[in-house]
Amino acid sequence: MSVVSDVAITPEPESVRSTRRSGSVLRDALSLWRTRIGLVLMIALVLVASFGPFFAPYSPADFAGPPFTAPNSAAHLGTDYLGQDVLSRFLWGGREILVMAALATAFGLVFGTIIGMLAAYSRNWLDEVLMRAMDVILAFPQIMLALVAIATVGPKAWLIVLAVGLTTLPRVARVTRGAAQPIVERDFVAAAEALGVPRIRILGRELLPNIMSPLMVEMSLRLTYSIGLIAGLAFLGFATSSNGANWGTMINQNRIAVQAQPWGVIMPVLAIALLTVGTGLVGDGISRAAAGIDRGRSTG
Amino acid sequence: MHSGGIWGFILRRTLLGLLVLAIVSILVFAATQALPGDPARAILGRSATPQSLAALRAKLNLGQPVLQQYWNWVTGLLHGDLGNSLANQEPVSTYLRPLLINSAFLVFLSGIISIPLAIAIGVWGAVRRDKAFDVGSSLITMLLAAVPEFVVGIILVVLFATVVVQWLPAVTQVPPGGRPWDDMTGMVLPTATLVIAVTPYVARIMRASMIEVLESDYVEMARLKGLQENTVILRHALPNALGPTFQVIALNLAYLAGGVIIVEYVFNYPGIGGALVGGVTNRDLPVVQALAMLVAAFYVALNLMADIATILVTPRMRTTL
Repeated sequence: MSVVSDVAITPEPESVRSTRRSGSVLRDALSLWRTRIGLVLMIALVLVASFGPFFAPYSPADFAGPPFTAPNSAAHLGTDYLGQDVLSRFLWGGREILVMAALATAFGLVFGTIIGMLAAYSRNWLDEVLMRAMDVILAFPQIMLALVAIATVGPKAWLIVLAVGLTTLPRVARVTRGAAQPIVERDFVAAAEALGVPRIRILGRELLPNIMSPLMVEMSLRLTYSIGLIAGLAFLGFATSSNGANWGTMINQNRIAVQAQPWGVIMPVLAIALLTVGTGLVGDGISRAAAGIDRGRSTG
Repeated sequence: MHSGGIWGFILRRTLLGLLVLAIVSILVFAATQALPGDPARAILGRSATPQSLAALRAKLNLGQPVLQQYWNWVTGLLHGDLGNSLANQEPVSTYLRPLLINSAFLVFLSGIISIPLAIAIGVWGAVRRDKAFDVGSSLITMLLAAVPEFVVGIILVVLFATVVVQWLPAVTQVPPGGRPWDDMTGMVLPTATLVIAVTPYVARIMRASMIEVLESDYVEMARLKGLQENTVILRHALPNALGPTFQVIALNLAYLAGGVIIVEYVFNYPGIGGALVGGVTNRDLPVVQALAMLVAAFYVALNLMADIATILVTPRMRTTL
């Protein structure tokens, strides 16, 4: 019941109780228009970020004209604060954010799931110790912990991934624990225990498949927040390179002249907004599908 | 739960909160110790001279044993002595106090707008579930909750302060010695950004909690007794929704405390967010440590108060103590 638990944009608590296999939830989610639109947005932005650099007319640090030039035939979206080509930097600018956000989300998801399952399964002092340790990490806003880490070591890529992953971890652990608790009480877990199945196999084979749908919702939700957080850190000036092509960095560099040359701001803003809206829509679709399956089962 | 009644619960939760803060203080302190090699050299970087290194080592008390350093720092914290800023040599408390007041004002302003708004949207959506308002508000809040705060802020700047129309200032300009609220037009965009960032998220949680209350046994019971829907909602559902409401208010304020960091930077607002970003850029560790502890204390206190308030207003939970 703690405040910082972040059940967040998952709309229905009952989604947590889904015991259907992940496949049918995904199929149901794909029949919702919001999931489809979200997927299209996500795939489009991932394609831009991954293959954009191959189509960039300039290399991201190349000089393409005087600073803040309006769009022209040499630079289709104009130039930025140093006279670099906005279009090229936009095409280069998603890679770092996407890779780092994906790694941070994976880190938080894997360890958060393990800790949450262990806590739910152990039902003893270990549960208490693990969840209180999570409370310590939850005593900061996500961005605060990342900033303290950066103040200490500097804006290194591994550190940002680790800090964002570490702050994602307790949020995933809480959801996992909540979803796993009712499963732990089920007969098939007791049966596996009676048969002497090793603990790790019970967690992996009995527990994990039954909490896949809340975990899939968590995955898209946490990816959404990690993208926002990592782009936000870059916006604050904490990216791996001070003049690296990064959507967050671009917004900060070019916002002083947004009136004269808005493209250097508008393109990366649109990219981040559409990407996060896309992952958000996918997450909402999955959580609706999971909740819908549950409701269908309870009434019929 | 254990025995001990309400007071036992409050005592246990308070002690747990203090324990969390104590561990947080160790972690935040460890940040200085985690600096690779010589912390003084790491902070000063290439501009270091032997004199400045020696002076900084003395200031950070690096000669003393680690435990002694931690103890000095923590007792200083408890006495309100946060050390001196490495960047401007001022005591951190003197430097941060006016900025803290400015940030508190921004959080307060955003809170009194976003809290009632979020509760209203959430409750109305839950009561009129799957009707037009609910479907529309659920979709809009979901989309807005996904977009990062600073992107919302920049979009508002593009729309209202620069590219589209120029009705409002793009940054909060405060003359020396002045306060941000001297010119309220400068408050509009930072407040609007925070409200747009926090309201959707909190409204969704309010809606989910309210639905849980509306689907609960006692509301079902009241309906089956044939009570009017208004009576059901006002007399039976609402009192039980108070607990979740406290949680939501605390969540709202907690979110604002985090969101204010980046939103202040967007609008150049003179508050702790800007100070924190500056502190991180300059590796001004005393400032960063002080702000980290301050925000952690705010979080833990909010959590504690919300949990206690929830227990006090929820009869069902009081009896399980």
